[in-house]
Amino acid sequence: MAKRVLVVDDEPNIVLSLEFLMRRAGFDVQVARSGGEALKALEGDPPDLMLLDVMMPEFDGYEVCERIRAKPEWRDTKIIMLTARGREAERERGLALGADAYVTKPFSTRELVEQVKRMLEVA
Amino acid sequence: MSEPRLARLLALALVALVLLNFPMLAVIDRLALGGLPLLPFYLFLAWGAVIAIAAWSIERADGE
Amino acid sequence: MGSLASAAVLVSLLYLALLFAIASWGDRRAEAGRSVIANPYVYTLSLAVYCTAWTYFGSVGVAAAQGVGFLPVYLGPTLLAFLFLGVVRKILVITKAYGITSIADFASARYGKSGTVAGLVTIVALVGSIPYISLQLKAVATGIELLIGHEGGRAVLPGIGADTALIVALVLAVFSILFGTRHIDATEHHQGMVLAIAFESIVKLVCFLAVGVFVTWTLFGGPFDLLARAEEAGLTERLAFEGTRLGAADWFVLTLLSGLAALLLPRQFQVVVIENLDIRHLERASWLFPLYLFVINLFVLPIAFGGLLLGGDVREADSFVLALPLVHGQGWLAILAFLGGLSAATAMVIVETVAVSTMISNDLVMPILLRVRALGLAEKPDLTRLILGVRRAGIVLAILGGYLFFHGVGEAMGLVSIGYIAFAGVAQFAPLLLLGITWKGANRNGAVAGLLAGFALWLYTLVLPSFVTAGVLPTSLVTEGPFGFDLLRPTALFGLEGLNPVAHCAIWSLAVNTGLLVLVSLSTRASDLERLQAILFVDVEESRRTPRLWRGEAKVGALEELLVRFLGRPAAEAIWRAEEARRGRPLAPDEPADAGLVERAERQLARAIGAASARAVVASTVRGETIGPDALMEILDETQKVLEYSRRLEQKSQELEAATAELRRANERLRELDRLKDDFLATVSHELRTPLTSIRSFSEILLDNPELDEAERAHFLRIITSESERLTRLINDVLDLSKIESGRMHWQVGLADLGELVAAAIRAGEGIFAEKGVALEVAIPAEATPVVCDRDRIVQVVLNLLSNACKFVPSPGGRVRVELRRRGGVFEVRVEDNGPGVPPAHREAVFEKFHQLTGDLNTQKPTGTGLGLTISRQIVERFGGRIWVEDSSLGGAALCFTLPVAEEVGALAA
Repeated sequence: MAKRVLVVDDEPNIVLSLEFLMRRAGFDVQVARSGGEALKALEGDPPDLMLLDVMMPEFDGYEVCERIRAKPEWRDTKIIMLTARGREAERERGLALGADAYVTKPFSTRELVEQVKRMLEVA
Repeated sequence: MSEPRLARLLALALVALVLLNFPMLAVIDRLALGGLPLLPFYLFLAWGAVIAIAAWSIERADGE
Repeated sequence: MGSLASAAVLVSLLYLALLFAIASWGDRRAEAGRSVIANPYVYTLSLAVYCTAWTYFGSVGVAAAQGVGFLPVYLGPTLLAFLFLGVVRKILVITKAYGITSIADFASARYGKSGTVAGLVTIVALVGSIPYISLQLKAVATGIELLIGHEGGRAVLPGIGADTALIVALVLAVFSILFGTRHIDATEHHQGMVLAIAFESIVKLVCFLAVGVFVTWTLFGGPFDLLARAEEAGLTERLAFEGTRLGAADWFVLTLLSGLAALLLPRQFQVVVIENLDIRHLERASWLFPLYLFVINLFVLPIAFGGLLLGGDVREADSFVLALPLVHGQGWLAILAFLGGLSAATAMVIVETVAVSTMISNDLVMPILLRVRALGLAEKPDLTRLILGVRRAGIVLAILGGYLFFHGVGEAMGLVSIGYIAFAGVAQFAPLLLLGITWKGANRNGAVAGLLAGFALWLYTLVLPSFVTAGVLPTSLVTEGPFGFDLLRPTALFGLEGLNPVAHCAIWSLAVNTGLLVLVSLSTRASDLERLQAILFVDVEESRRTPRLWRGEAKVGALEELLVRFLGRPAAEAIWRAEEARRGRPLAPDEPADAGLVERAERQLARAIGAASARAVVASTVRGETIGPDALMEILDETQKVLEYSRRLEQKSQELEAATAELRRANERLRELDRLKDDFLATVSHELRTPLTSIRSFSEILLDNPELDEAERAHFLRIITSESERLTRLINDVLDLSKIESGRMHWQVGLADLGELVAAAIRAGEGIFAEKGVALEVAIPAEATPVVCDRDRIVQVVLNLLSNACKFVPSPGGRVRVELRRRGGVFEVRVEDNGPGVPPAHREAVFEKFHQLTGDLNTQKPTGTGLGLTISRQIVERFGGRIWVEDSSLGGAALCFTLPVAEEVGALAA
């Protein structure tokens, strides 16, 4: 059964590209346009991995991350944070909140796909 | 006492100093009437004159 | 004892009794407030105490030997009576202002109330008086011996011995004690004594003139006969200057010395200054006193020459006045002559001993006794008996000293020589006194140094040689110098030869005295009290003109004025109102201030000028000096400087603190700006990375997936293109903003029609409206709407507002209305929409950088850069307009801006 990936970003074009890339890599892809949508998508059947943008209206990526890690049943979901803000402090903050990786935009599509595969142990 | 009167008396004192001292006395000392030196007469005359002028100066000033 | 001598003694005793009666009467009249001496004539006659036995007997002695050589002693006071009028007047003013009781007190007060100066002056005065008193003893004793001797030369008063001088001394001592120390007068005025000596001045003048008239017209046929006889006898030669055996310098110095002595001799200072009742008496006295001297000297030469012509010995000439009537059988005239001499001598002795004994008690003994705590004098309520005792002892000491001097030295010397010793002695007071009242810089150290040196030189160059003359000391001391040191010969010190010994002494001692006073004063520091006293003495006129602060006697008004001068009027008046409130009644300016008021005023003063200065003022006022504000100013000068300095320092530190605070604020603002810039850069970076991310991702996708179908490829390429455009817009906006903010923007300012600009913007934005299906309403008036602006920038603003509106309106059903109208002096452009609107709390925030207008969350993310409104505000405000958000009648937001109406085309020129 294919692993499931949730793409969370408020930039439609970025969502489109990530969706295309993940599907190409053979994952089931779900999409959320905001933090709220993302949390809703987690209800019931949480995905194996999330690509989570930091800068979003309503809940930002950090908050979403924090909430996910607060729930034991969502502990298995891997989180890769994506951000256009490249500062070290923010990277550390993300990792401290329980993200598994932190990727700075713009990213290399190949590297991102490989990282996702590595984390889901499908490579 | 007013300043002008003080000044007048000061001037008078200086005049008296000249009249009753050297070198004035040396000049007078050469004068003699026969064998009689005129110095004592001069001294008393000058002295008396100076006192008279002082008296006139002070008493006149009182009427000012 | 012969009848003549007995008569003389009887007359003398009667005369002394008469004097006593006169003095008592004078005192009673003074106590009754009807003074008989308060006129210039009595004052002048009292000054004539200057003429003592020296004048009465001694002048004739000098005239017989030296012709006019006796005159400088009288010319000096004449000259200086004029010259000194101002000086003596000032001394009088000071004396009266500060309650001074003697020359020692005067000197001491001037030099910071110095006990050393007072004691030193007293000692010099005492030592200087002794030869002078001895002169009087000698004259009277000689007179008595002459009267007795003529009748057979037996000793008077059997049982006591032949020492007439001792008897005279004792009688004079008793008489002086009775006279001068009957009681202590607070003001040290002795009106009875002054009246008595004024009477004595008449007696001695009348007696002397009587003898003179007798000699000139009875013994001779008038002055011309006398002159002719003298010329015949070859005596007139000594009337020339050569006959005086004086040099030009001697004449001058003796004149000067006599002038000084007429003021500085203790008895002279007593009558001229201390006993003076009215300063105005000085004026008439300044010519009457010289006149007295002139008259009493008229017959000196006739008597001298008459005596010589009638066979008198030059060496006995001192007694001619008495001897001439005596040898010519005029017994009563002889008694009269003796009486005149006696009156001259007693007047001198009385006043001199009163003056000196007052100094001894006030300035030498009492201060020491009071300081010896063991005696407990300070606690005794009544010290008058002790003081009287000390004064009596002082009188005995002075007269006994005179007697001893007479015995040791005086018998061998002429009267005048003895007198000159005293003159030169008291002349040592001249520098400290005369400089003291004219030069504030003269200080205690200088006065003491000068006086000590002058005194020592006087002792060495004049008193010591007199002991040599008397045979007490070896002659070699004068002829060869001590231990053979030629340069140290007392009468030719350091080779100064050819002068009369008195002139020699005066030149050396006064030069060194003055020099040291000046030098030491310049090189040592005066205490505050000395400086205060110096000001009070030198500026006595000014100090008296300004309101006096006399502790306990200060008037309320004067005190207030002082406060006003130091604290300023408002502060002083506030203090006064508080003072009146405390008393519950108004303060009258002329009522005396009580101690409490003075105390509080001083405390207020202390606040302004410092406690130390205020205490100095209090200390000096306690002693009863008058202090004018000018004098205060000077002492406080230093404190003021320190205060000023510390005030400036404080000001500087405050300024520094202020500067530091400002610097801190500036730094905080900088840090804030830095943080903002950092945030801005981070945001810009984020905003740039976002489109870049899409561009890169799709580019890689296209590259990695050549098998993608044509439609998908086209879709992805369009995304890349639009994200590239977004990136370009963003870069342009950031550059624009930074240019505007840094003032480097090039504005193309010109006159434009706002309606045309709005229309142009609408044309440019038509595409996006059509794309989203937004209904656009436009209301632009037909008339001209001239504004001064940069056309392209205003178009940019309108376009920005339009695209903003377009972003938030719903699709479909979106409505946007653009309206332009004139409102007073401005044109207003409104861009309204039917979008969600902007809540009031955010209406200012939307103009901040990167504040994204968040519309409906389900709609697509706005594609603006987040800088559009910020830039729009900058542009509008640049051209004098304003921009804001309000509610729209369409239900959404209305973004409005104004621009001023360009009134004239000429406005362009600006």
